[in-house]
Amino acid sequence: MAASDAQNGVFSVRHAFGNVLAFFILLLIGVLAFSIRLFSVIKYESVIHEFDPYFNYRVTQFLTKNGIYDFWNWFDDRTWYPLGRVIGGTVYPGLTLTAGTLWWILNSLNIPLSVETVCVFTAPIFSAFASWATYLLTKEVKGAGAGLTAAILLAMVPSYISRSVAGSYDNEAVAIFALIFTFYLYIKTLNTGSLFYATLNSIAYFYMVCSWGGYTFIINLIPMHVLLCIVTGRYSSRLYIAYAPLVVLGTLLASLVPVVGFNAVMTSEHFASFLVFIVIHVVALVYYIKGILSPKMFKVAVALVVSVGAAVCCAMVAVLIALVASSPTKGWSGRSLSLLDPTYASKYIPIIASVSEHQPPTWPSYFMDINVLAFLVPAGIIACFSPLSDASSFVVLYIVTSVYFSGVMVRLMLVLAPAACILSGIALSQAFDVFTRSIKFQLPRLSDNSQAGEGSSENVVPNDSVKTDKTEDTSKERTSKKSKKKEKEPVEKPLSKSQIKKRLLVLPLETSVIAIILLVLLGAFYVVHSVWAAAEAYSAPSIVLTSHSHDGLHVFDDFREAYAWLSHNTEVDDKVASWWDYGYQTTAMANRTVIVDNNTWNNTHIATVGTAMSSPEKAAWEIFQSLDVKYVLVVFGGLVGYPSDDINKFLWMVRIGGGVFPHIKEPDYLRDGQYRIDSMATPTMLNCLMYKLSYYRFVETDGKAFDRVRRTEIGKKHFKLTHFEEVFTTHHWMVRIYKLKPPKNRIRGKTKKSKSKTSSKTASKRKELKRNPF
Amino acid sequence: MANKVKRGVAVLLVAMSKLIFVFLAFIPLLCTSFSPERPSDRRVLVLLDDFAVKSSHSLFFNSLKSRGFDLHFHLADDPKIALQRYGQYLYDALILFSPTIERFGGSVDAAAILDFVDSGHDLIVAADSNASDLIREIATECGVDFDEDPASMVVDHSGYAVSATEGDHTLIASDDFIKSDVILGSKKIEAPVLFQGIGHSLNPTNSLVLKALSASPSAFSANPKSKLTSPPSLTGSSISLVSVIQARNNARILISGSLSMFSNRFFRSGVQKAGSPTKHEKSGNEQFFTELSKWVFHERGHLKAVHMQHHKVGEANEPAIYRINDDLEFSVEIFEWSGTSWEPYVADDVQVQFYMMSPYVLKTLSTNGKGRYFTSFKVPDVYGVFQFKVEYEKLGYTTLSLSKQIPVRPFRHNEYERFIPAAYPYYGAAFSMMAGFFILTAVHLYSK
Repeated sequence: MAASDAQNGVFSVRHAFGNVLAFFILLLIGVLAFSIRLFSVIKYESVIHEFDPYFNYRVTQFLTKNGIYDFWNWFDDRTWYPLGRVIGGTVYPGLTLTAGTLWWILNSLNIPLSVETVCVFTAPIFSAFASWATYLLTKEVKGAGAGLTAAILLAMVPSYISRSVAGSYDNEAVAIFALIFTFYLYIKTLNTGSLFYATLNSIAYFYMVCSWGGYTFIINLIPMHVLLCIVTGRYSSRLYIAYAPLVVLGTLLASLVPVVGFNAVMTSEHFASFLVFIVIHVVALVYYIKGILSPKMFKVAVALVVSVGAAVCCAMVAVLIALVASSPTKGWSGRSLSLLDPTYASKYIPIIASVSEHQPPTWPSYFMDINVLAFLVPAGIIACFSPLSDASSFVVLYIVTSVYFSGVMVRLMLVLAPAACILSGIALSQAFDVFTRSIKFQLPRLSDNSQAGEGSSENVVPNDSVKTDKTEDTSKERTSKKSKKKEKEPVEKPLSKSQIKKRLLVLPLETSVIAIILLVLLGAFYVVHSVWAAAEAYSAPSIVLTSHSHDGLHVFDDFREAYAWLSHNTEVDDKVASWWDYGYQTTAMANRTVIVDNNTWNNTHIATVGTAMSSPEKAAWEIFQSLDVKYVLVVFGGLVGYPSDDINKFLWMVRIGGGVFPHIKEPDYLRDGQYRIDSMATPTMLNCLMYKLSYYRFVETDGKAFDRVRRTEIGKKHFKLTHFEEVFTTHHWMVRIYKLKPPKNRIRGKTKKSKSKTSSKTASKRKELKRNPF
Repeated sequence: MANKVKRGVAVLLVAMSKLIFVFLAFIPLLCTSFSPERPSDRRVLVLLDDFAVKSSHSLFFNSLKSRGFDLHFHLADDPKIALQRYGQYLYDALILFSPTIERFGGSVDAAAILDFVDSGHDLIVAADSNASDLIREIATECGVDFDEDPASMVVDHSGYAVSATEGDHTLIASDDFIKSDVILGSKKIEAPVLFQGIGHSLNPTNSLVLKALSASPSAFSANPKSKLTSPPSLTGSSISLVSVIQARNNARILISGSLSMFSNRFFRSGVQKAGSPTKHEKSGNEQFFTELSKWVFHERGHLKAVHMQHHKVGEANEPAIYRINDDLEFSVEIFEWSGTSWEPYVADDVQVQFYMMSPYVLKTLSTNGKGRYFTSFKVPDVYGVFQFKVEYEKLGYTTLSLSKQIPVRPFRHNEYERFIPAAYPYYGAAFSMMAGFFILTAVHLYSK
């Protein structure tokens, strides 16, 4: 008695010590997650990165200035001219509200940070939260050790870093935290059967819906898991409590988000959850009836219900199919369709296919983004099967689906990363568990003779297993208390089995030591890679570029130079046309009205701009004039070798433009199927607006007009612009801004000089002096 | 003594410099060029081939002088002539009565004259047969193509002016005027206008240029001294004798194929058109050019639109944004320059568009006769960035093109109907369902 008491005391002290240690480890993980993302601030400066973050930043500024109601009802007249955009109803407000709240709290605490600073650091803060959420989730699946390992892996997984460095103020920054936390609450509810956690789960789901369109992943993955549990005979009241409130409350809450609204019940993305909702009720009813009826009666009832049910189901399915088939896109949005059929987008929707992050990833990108985790994941899956619980089956399902999705779109690598971290964490901690236990078990045996041996070694091993037993026991107790039902057997049986297995799993000492060293090396390699990725690969803000050459570091700050020029030298209401990539930046940095931007909601409008860019000067001038455009902005990398410039994006403009306006044909711009801008280029290519605006006066730079991106001399070097005039070109020629010339004051008569009599009405109205030197 | 003198000189210098300063300060006032507020051109530069024209065309010049114009006569090849100094134009209008000049003196060339027009100043060009390439180039740039044969003249064997000698029928009497009271005044020109010179043609698609005086259908353009070997390039009423142009910036140009039309001889001579029994004591030239010069120098047909305003019905202030389905009132004031003051412009064909890529609303404005035009309409049920557009293009009048951008937003979240009558059955269903579920639960839980 006393001995067990003492043992208990020692144990509780160890337990408390372990908790404190875990707490500090978690704290440090948070610090690590935050600080590894600060490379961009240290190497560059504290700025917002890339494209979409600028929009989010602008929205946040509006929110902090005008309050939440004006934000909700914000009609933005500075984008998508002249259509405008109802921002409040078309934006996922989670990120903006989060950063706005952070800013508001800090300001009311008299910490006067600028909105920009708050926005820059939102992502690192939330990645710390995300690692803690990972800890919680993995702890629910495989205990605290696995949780800590998974948390530390997630804190520095490169894939996640790429989206959450300081300044990368995008939806994903908070959405990954929301995703993991929702999964955690789901598992927690599943393990405890507590309605309290179920409600929290719905709220977390609501936050996820607010934050990111990727919430559909949750609302499909959880039903899949529920279905899996039911099919494998793991139905329990805990499962019901974990699922039913989520569907009801979650759908209600989701439809409160303006951008989702009725989509929450009307699009096919959500049908799976409703279907499973029906299924789980049927199953619950069956279990209930099974409890009431005698087995014989039950069989009769089953036969009856199955025959009736089958008929009803057929009818339902028919109605459903008819409903779905009547909608033009079969109820699926383009992005979702391209998930299911990876070739869908590139076949039908050039605007989706044109975004590089919507392309399928290459194999190296897996190594780059999740590194050694790719090798640890299979081990983690195996670990999840011994023993297979509700929670671990969920994690397995999570990794399987996310691997598929990441194979479709590079961008969804981000969803894979947490799953890979969790499974790798499980694998690593299980491996360490086995190896350290083996060492522990054998060390005393080596020094067996001198010491009491037996007892202590006996003590050590059980201690370990007791510890795991204990935690699982407590959770089990809580379960049984709350649900007041009887399913202890299914949980206990695998436990006792695993206990036996654990005793058997003892490896030779040398093997264990070497294996541990190798594992540590593997981890070290991961750390080195992650830090390198954070510092070098993913910290560039993309609005400021740097290049190293033999004569030192070059900084290209052309984008901000151009936007500053626009904001200082143009009228407030002037419209600037550019390809949609630069729309968000122009509105946020130059505060000028744009025709199209990165929110690609109106394909026709984008196609209009694409058509203008691919048309000859005069036709383009007319298109732009009809849109009240005053300035045209093109990005040109030919002088400094910046590859993602408009000439390289040009074929997408042709494709998107041609998709709506069939007179633009892609083959006209290709010579024998090859895209080229040298002297072999087609006349259509050499006369289109994009070519002219990019290469206007380019020959004056080096006398040869050598394009450093395409590595060739351009095809047409000397030409004049008739309808546009160059007003600004940045230092490295990366951004060039042109102004539309006003219509001619007088209409010229026909004379000997002009070769062709301008016969068409428009042509003569445009009264151009035909001064084309070619 | 010497000191005193020095001091006196110094005082004088100071006084002079002050005077110069004051003078300099006035220069901008003296040099105000064409202003939309007072569109009359006052300082006119007249370039002549030789000073004899000054006296032979004195009737025309005097009519201008009597209307308050300040004419500066120069020889076209005078090396001192300049249109602008220090970026300021010295004149408000230009009359080129120098058809044979090959090169202007000073810094003036064709491009300078066209820039002069493009900055909103007016121009009168008189060509003649054997007009120089320079004059032809200026005319071409304005949209007028003279007959390519430099020696050609307009000949009309049935519409010639009867004179003592039979002649070669190059002196023609034309009464085919442009039908516009704005350009030629409300008083009808009874007598035909005498013309002797080169004809020109206009591109029919050119919307800016108008035939003020066209030749009769029997006219043609040829060299009267040589025999006609090939069909003439210009024939019939497509020949324009006098054309007027209103550029997009509302600068006005008059181009005539004949310098002698402006002369005292033509102004005074009587005219009888061949085949017409009436003999007019006096040709129509004087009235024609007096009225035409009034138009060219903006004494007539110059409109301005001011105070473009819009507001919601029942409110006075202009909002920054409208909501869909708002009722709004729109008004604009339009005045016409009468030569001395701005008079209300009265017409029933002024329209306003509510425009977003295409006009969603197109309404004719009603006027109160005092220059104010107004209407009211409902904002369409479409949100976006709209424009109020008044595009008024009427023959002879300056073009009015006004636009004002205004965004239209959708309903706010709390501007929708809170309860829809048609939905009451659904409300009832929802609440009865809730109540039923509650009762069922209570019964299920607490009954034995």
